[in-house]
Amino acid sequence: MRKHVVVIGGGVAGLESAGCLSKAGFDVSILEKEDQTGGHLNDWYKLFPDRRNSSEVKEYLNGITLNNRIELLTNTTIKKLNRNKTHFSIITDKGKELIADAVIVATGFDLFKSARKEEYGYGIYDNVITSADLEKMFRKGEISLKSGNTPKTIGIVHCVGSRDEKVGNFYCSKLCCVTAVKQAIEIREHLPESKVFCFYMDMRMGGAYYEELYREAQEKWGVNFIRGKVSEAGEAIDHKLVIKVEDTLAGRPLKMELDMLVLMAGMEMSEGGKKIAGLSGLNTGENRFFAATDHHYGSNRSNINGVFYAGTCTAPMNITETISHARAAVSEVTDYLREGSK
Amino acid sequence: MEKFGFTISKGRQIDYESNNRWIAEYIYEREPSFRLCIECGGCAATCTTGNLTKFSLRELHILIKRGENDQVRQNIRKCMLCGKCTLVCPRGVNTRNIVVLVKQAFNKSDDYAI
Repeated sequence: MRKHVVVIGGGVAGLESAGCLSKAGFDVSILEKEDQTGGHLNDWYKLFPDRRNSSEVKEYLNGITLNNRIELLTNTTIKKLNRNKTHFSIITDKGKELIADAVIVATGFDLFKSARKEEYGYGIYDNVITSADLEKMFRKGEISLKSGNTPKTIGIVHCVGSRDEKVGNFYCSKLCCVTAVKQAIEIREHLPESKVFCFYMDMRMGGAYYEELYREAQEKWGVNFIRGKVSEAGEAIDHKLVIKVEDTLAGRPLKMELDMLVLMAGMEMSEGGKKIAGLSGLNTGENRFFAATDHHYGSNRSNINGVFYAGTCTAPMNITETISHARAAVSEVTDYLREGSK
Repeated sequence: MEKFGFTISKGRQIDYESNNRWIAEYIYEREPSFRLCIECGGCAATCTTGNLTKFSLRELHILIKRGENDQVRQNIRKCMLCGKCTLVCPRGVNTRNIVVLVKQAFNKSDDYAI
């Protein structure tokens, strides 16, 4: 009899693992809370570091659900996840029960809610936006202020909701630095007259071709990098934003007037993931992401035998890493079900 | 002998071996969060004193840790202990208490009392 695997989450990790499971001969169901699959990928414009269009990756992932025998349940969340002796019983919010031999949790991440860093004025000042808002503007092909005017000076704040114990996130989201560099370049592309300033604590360019992109931002696009954490943003009477930062390399406090401020929102454990942790007894770590049983060789394994993790529900990851992690989860499922059938 | 006005200037190097880092040790013991600073400058950005005079708490942190005590001594009294720096710090460093401890440490030594 064919084994059935349920994948919770239809983002990058969920789709990739579902595709691999299907190719390996399993019956697969994907549960997705939104009305379409693709997760955050649906919101991005171009991807770092090569700046290919995000729709190309989306097309690849969509191909998975079309080409294989995969049951896709959208607008679906989970009410119960229980392990019986040999099977899992999953009850959806619509009362449907799915019986699974194994489960892959791929619930992804949520972006940090930038309004929580009140001192940066998101939701208070019109022209303070997030990295996600800026992606939407790029997709529309129009970067504009609330007034409809085109911004001339744009500041980018790194580490919003990351490396910040004031919001309870000690960890580095690791992708916001390269997102800032990518977006700085794209602002310069869209608005050649603009000036862009990145305010960073450390530049963490720890991925293939990230450092090269940073260099390109300096060399080709003239992006300005200022080392210092922005302490606060205010609004002047003419709606210009005024930020305060220490230029730590000059050793002096610096104030700057900007038309627009972009906050690089970090990654957090998703609300959906938290809910599933609560109802299933899956362990989470100090950073609130799901805690794998071994950081080195068991990053897909959970504390419940037969439940595996894929992607950013365990830690911030880029798309490349997410896809690798999803494939590794499928390899774990394959081993688990082979052993189980003996 | 004719005096030409030449002097030997003190080197700019931080002489790590010769410097005495007793103030840093004094603080580490009493305020372990002192170790957590990553020199982001959030404290200095929000600091009223730093906006009006040459004073950077971030810079003082590193000078204390390197044992550049004279410079620390000249500057530490500028702090008004308002504590805004502590509100801003992303690492949870009790910056205000560090200033208190620096002053305390200097006052324990006759040579340095402020």
